[in-house]
Amino acid sequence: MRIGLPLLFAAFFLMVTGSQGATLDLVVRRGLLNCGTDNTNPGFGYLNTRTGQMEGLDVDFCRAAAAAVLGDSQKVNFIVVTDKSRFTALQTHQVDVVFAHTTIEPERESAVGVDFLPINFYDGTGIMVKVSSKVTKFDELEGATFCTTQGSGIEATLASAISRMGWRKSTVLTYENLERLFIAFNAGRCDAMSTDRSALVSWKANSARPADFKILGETLDKSPFAGFVNQGDPRWRNILRWIVFGLFQAEESGVTSVNIVERLKTADPFVQRVLGVTGSVGRDFGIANDFVAKMVAQVGNYGEIYDRNLGEKTSYFLERKGTPNAQWKDGGLIYSPDWK
Amino acid sequence: MTARPRRLANPTERLWRRQVIRLIVLAALGTVITLLIRALEHSLADQGIHFSFDYLFEVAGIPISEGRTLGIAHGWPVLQEYLPTDMNSQALLTGLFNTVSVSLMAIVAATVLGVAAGLGRFSSNWLLRNMCFAFTEAFRNTPLLVQLMFWYFGVLLQLPPITAVAHLLGAVTVSVHGISAPRIDSLLPAGVGLLLCLLAMLMWISTTALRQVNRRARMIVIWLIAALVVLALAPAIPLNVDYPISGRFQEFGGVNISPELAALVLAISVNSAAYIAEIVRGAVDSLPIGQWEAAASLGLTRSDLLRQVILPQAVKIALPSLGNQYISLTKNTSLGIAVGFPELFNVTGTIANQTGRSLEGFLILMVTYLLLGTAISFAVNYANSNALRVG
Repeated sequence: MRIGLPLLFAAFFLMVTGSQGATLDLVVRRGLLNCGTDNTNPGFGYLNTRTGQMEGLDVDFCRAAAAAVLGDSQKVNFIVVTDKSRFTALQTHQVDVVFAHTTIEPERESAVGVDFLPINFYDGTGIMVKVSSKVTKFDELEGATFCTTQGSGIEATLASAISRMGWRKSTVLTYENLERLFIAFNAGRCDAMSTDRSALVSWKANSARPADFKILGETLDKSPFAGFVNQGDPRWRNILRWIVFGLFQAEESGVTSVNIVERLKTADPFVQRVLGVTGSVGRDFGIANDFVAKMVAQVGNYGEIYDRNLGEKTSYFLERKGTPNAQWKDGGLIYSPDWK
Repeated sequence: MTARPRRLANPTERLWRRQVIRLIVLAALGTVITLLIRALEHSLADQGIHFSFDYLFEVAGIPISEGRTLGIAHGWPVLQEYLPTDMNSQALLTGLFNTVSVSLMAIVAATVLGVAAGLGRFSSNWLLRNMCFAFTEAFRNTPLLVQLMFWYFGVLLQLPPITAVAHLLGAVTVSVHGISAPRIDSLLPAGVGLLLCLLAMLMWISTTALRQVNRRARMIVIWLIAALVVLALAPAIPLNVDYPISGRFQEFGGVNISPELAALVLAISVNSAAYIAEIVRGAVDSLPIGQWEAAASLGLTRSDLLRQVILPQAVKIALPSLGNQYISLTKNTSLGIAVGFPELFNVTGTIANQTGRSLEGFLILMVTYLLLGTAISFAVNYANSNALRVG
């Protein structure tokens, strides 16, 4: 039933709007990109009450898309979506694209009817420890007491991780909610707190002394986040896919918002193609040929976006090195196809 | 017009009429229940849910922090450590084990504390009398959940970490990870020890019967019990002592009482003790003042007066209410989920979440608590009838 209603909506609107390639024209004519994001999830999409600005990894992807399609990262209209409303908002054409820490699941493409963009963040069950315990890796937690919440499914994840390591003396405590779990963890009852990495980040940042806690690099299971668009407009989907890839590739090629001006004069033919100095990728999509250069100049490459929202200097620091969120050259999974 | 006298039905007619009414009521009840079950089946089938207990024999895959479960070893059922590779039914049994052990511990602690606080209300010492009054009112008039939170988060989790803890008596540690102490192992097979204990218990019960018959026979039985206990312990000499060893994160080996268990037992027994104190006070108060005066005029000391005259009579009055208190105490263990203690309710919830079988889980839960409550009420009724007979 849960997916039945959105399906109905989708079918209805497909009948009404049927035509292909309409989204790009609509956005250009409107001069504004309607982008769905969360505003309650620090690090990903959230309204900074001090500055009054939207901030987060997802928010910056919206800005980058606006810069690529409309040439100006400010020409974006943030529409707040919730976990429940994010699919219907898209199907009713309230938004053109959604970036809202959404996990890729087969039902969402088969039954709900959305197309996922490339994965822009690899989330999953993470482990947080106290800095004073001097633990740096999951392997060192033999005999530790793990704490998680009831009904999250993480109990089973932890059980299999512990038995995979062959640890007989590790215990798992399950609490009713994250609040009680965090009090117990803070009091030292638990050696390790376990829940989604993105949630760990907020609990750490909102604690009295964030520097006392450390989130380990390991991820115990998979929860890949990606933006998504409506099915039925392949051109719009392809444009957004290459917008995401463009941000990845810019980082890999070492193009940043700082050096973009001089890198535009590069002699490297590969970088020339990425930045749209040569070739016609952007033009053939129907957007600016230098869309990658525009995104990087105004918003930054993927690494800059990550550092700005989840990097060391932020209160929501999530280690990138050694995780799937690193560039593929550093052993991660952030990978753009070649731009040859 | 005079009222017509009511025609009285003859006895046979009355009997028949009654039977017919009974049948109609029974049939109506049966129809309603059948309809309800049908409706439930239908709505479940509509949602693609099929009622089945097969999941009990699938691998649970969830961790449980403490408790033991039933397993089979050499064809015999044994209590063993629970592992995530065990079946769902074994996980539920672990929860039941925890619920029962918390209940038993709390019943003993609450009774001792409650009787003491209840009798304290009759003390001639002003301070003791009023302290018992304050204790009763404080713990009777605040929610149990709040008290549980207080004991767990406010007291036990404020203990020092394992790395900074003192070793009392050489090996006992009290830390935020709980209480660790050395364990003395009997080298006798567990079954034999259990058998000897059972035998000793049976003999102890028989002494009650012998009390009336023969003092000497009773002494013989008591000596026999002592011999049995020595026999049970003898193979354990030299005693095998399992000392807790400090690991990086916690103590291993020995006996360990987790803060969750300690908090739950503390909260429930202290709370119940407050109620039991009132039950005891009420029972003692209900005795006629003449009992006190008569005993005092015989020259009994205050403690003899209480033990010989007042308590034996008060127990009879208090027992049925105590039974109620024990049952509600047992049901209150389901609050353990608030502090992460894996009692039956907590484990059932986790399994329901993993398997999606919440209706079946709740049925099992209801039946189990029903059985536990019934068992307690039978035990109390038995004790009650015994007390009345002896008295």
